[in-house]
Amino acid sequence: MSQRAAGGSGSILARFRLRERIRDRDQAVYGILIIAAVLFPLVTIYATDGTALVSQATRAGYFVLLAIGLNVVVGFAGLLDLGYAAFFAIGAYTYALLASPQLASSPAHHAVHLPFWLMLFVAMFVAAAAGAILGFPTLRLRGDYLAIVTLGFGEIVPQLFYNFDQWTGGINAVGIIDQPVLPAWIQGPWSGDGPVQIVRSFNFGGDPVAFYVLICILIAAAVILVSNLYRSRLGRAWMAIREDEVAAAAMGINTVTTKLLAFGIGASFSGFAGAYYAADVSLVSPDSFLFIVSITVLVMVVLGGMGNISGVIVGALVLYYVVFYLIPGLPENVTNLANSIGLSSETTHSLADATQHLNYIIYGAILVAMMLLRPQGLLPSRIREQELKHAAVQEEEAAVEMEHAT
Amino acid sequence: MSLPDFGFYVLCATAVVLLAAQAVIHPTEFVQVCIFGLTQGSIYALVALGYTMVYGIIELINFAHGDVFTLGAYVGSAILGFFAISEGEFTTVNLIALLLVFPAVMLIMGGINVAIERVAYRPLRNAPRLAPLITAIGMSFFLEGVMFLWHGPATVHFPDILPKTATTIAGVFFGFKDVFVVVVAAILVALLAIFINRTKLGKAMRATAQDRDAAQLMGIDINRTIAATFFIGALLAGAGGMIWGLYYNTVYYQLGFRSGLIAFTAAVFGGIGNIPGAALGGLIIGLIAAFSDSYIGSKWTQVVVFGILIGVLVFRPTGLLGMRVPEK
Repeated sequence: MSQRAAGGSGSILARFRLRERIRDRDQAVYGILIIAAVLFPLVTIYATDGTALVSQATRAGYFVLLAIGLNVVVGFAGLLDLGYAAFFAIGAYTYALLASPQLASSPAHHAVHLPFWLMLFVAMFVAAAAGAILGFPTLRLRGDYLAIVTLGFGEIVPQLFYNFDQWTGGINAVGIIDQPVLPAWIQGPWSGDGPVQIVRSFNFGGDPVAFYVLICILIAAAVILVSNLYRSRLGRAWMAIREDEVAAAAMGINTVTTKLLAFGIGASFSGFAGAYYAADVSLVSPDSFLFIVSITVLVMVVLGGMGNISGVIVGALVLYYVVFYLIPGLPENVTNLANSIGLSSETTHSLADATQHLNYIIYGAILVAMMLLRPQGLLPSRIREQELKHAAVQEEEAAVEMEHAT
Repeated sequence: MSLPDFGFYVLCATAVVLLAAQAVIHPTEFVQVCIFGLTQGSIYALVALGYTMVYGIIELINFAHGDVFTLGAYVGSAILGFFAISEGEFTTVNLIALLLVFPAVMLIMGGINVAIERVAYRPLRNAPRLAPLITAIGMSFFLEGVMFLWHGPATVHFPDILPKTATTIAGVFFGFKDVFVVVVAAILVALLAIFINRTKLGKAMRATAQDRDAAQLMGIDINRTIAATFFIGALLAGAGGMIWGLYYNTVYYQLGFRSGLIAFTAAVFGGIGNIPGAALGGLIIGLIAAFSDSYIGSKWTQVVVFGILIGVLVFRPTGLLGMRVPEK
């Protein structure tokens, strides 16, 4: 620290500009994201005259929420979680069971219908509790062992929901899940079907736009919360543990509590997203929470740039587009292309067939290529980069000053 | 004795008592389940060895390994198709085909695994730990995709070319296939042990696993040694795939994911990085899976196996044999 003070005004200015630049890039990304989020439904509804794309965007939204949550665990605290979908499942089932007719046909014989707004937080706490229960005995383990434990947990949880079919319906899934209901003062006479209709009615009865608005609000809240956490004492403790656990412990950080908090907070986001998912899709089955979901979310975090929230959001959106839109849409595109260059319909057909079978290969190749070409992600954390470079920069500056002096 | 150790022993003791009760009440069924568990466990052991060797040397959970195992069965099935084999009986042609195809599949798998290492893992040797893990998962998807493209999502038939000889001793049924699986696996594990402990390359592998930098300073070619590790791991996985096909006569493209995870559990169970541990762990996990299949219900097997995985890591992270793996 004293070295930096003695470095003179030049280096302080340099540092100041640097900070400005860091702010600029992230703010620019956030700005673009906000504008895109506002324009997206307007443009797509106008262009396609339907809300299918908006509900696609909503689906991308809960992957963004999941990625933000996993970023806390993997990016901030450096704990590798390969079973993140388990918490997603726990959140989804918490809402699905307590807000649907499902429990009427279970041994409880009583359907429970709790309101969505309450259940968002209940699901969050249930998932966080599950994270704490799993984390408490296992967070002492290092690196890969923790990854293996979470992997096992991620395999067990969907299987449990599958096996307790008396309660969860097993393979038949939980359906007819309640949709959120807004209080009357938000719907209001001014928006409903009443005589004075000023704006479109805003309720969740099968309206994708309402879900879209809600997920945007949830994501914004999550971003604010997580960025504040990152700048807090806890965030710095996570960083310290990530870089060197032994040194962090020596500095007086309670490593177990800190890691447990990272795990619990990460899990709570997942539970949050799960409850939302259940309400949106209105159907929850154990097959929606397999290993591939955990991996996809992890890849989103890594692709975006671990530890950088805006990067993770961009990564999640890009990967969502590739995995759920580009790759499944490939056969159609190939068919169109083949038709336009005048191939016979038989060749076209077999081409489309072949590309359909290529899904796995393409996804696998993307993962490998991405890691080989840009292992640090699309928008790596600037602060982290600078921290690592800082020492080198200082040395360079000192050398330059020496040159000037002579 | 520390509390975690105590918990571990209590759990083991409970399991043993419950099984002993079963053994006394229904001895025939118990022995039958044991035989099934041992054959299944031999295959898991072969696959687990590959996981443990790779983890021991570069600390990578090689997710693609389970798919190399499955691909072995696919390739074996395809090559066997070229021979005039007769299914359901055992002829000289079958024997010759088997003797030629078995080592061929092993070598092909070895080559493929070395290629995978060259493309996906070697460039990332000094990258952050997460990078090779994700390429491993990517390679796993890639291989699954190749198999999917090859034969589609349905199960693939593997020629049934082993003799169907079987006997019943005191009510326990066992066939030639059971013996074949266990014997072949035992021979391969023995060869591996000799290779690791007696040859120069084996010594280089042990040295690299212990301390890569020091090994390099001693003049060991690290890249060659790691490639050799992948090669040998895949030889065993290819053999495992062949045995799986010969025993069950059916494979499907996602087999490698689930059975790979179970084999990986076996490797952790025996103490990851520990070669005899992986073989033992494979047998035990095979037995546990068989017990769980018949006494608890097959839909609980996955929960039981992964529950054990978590339990072992919590109570005894160094694995069953309790050997200390150097922490890096």
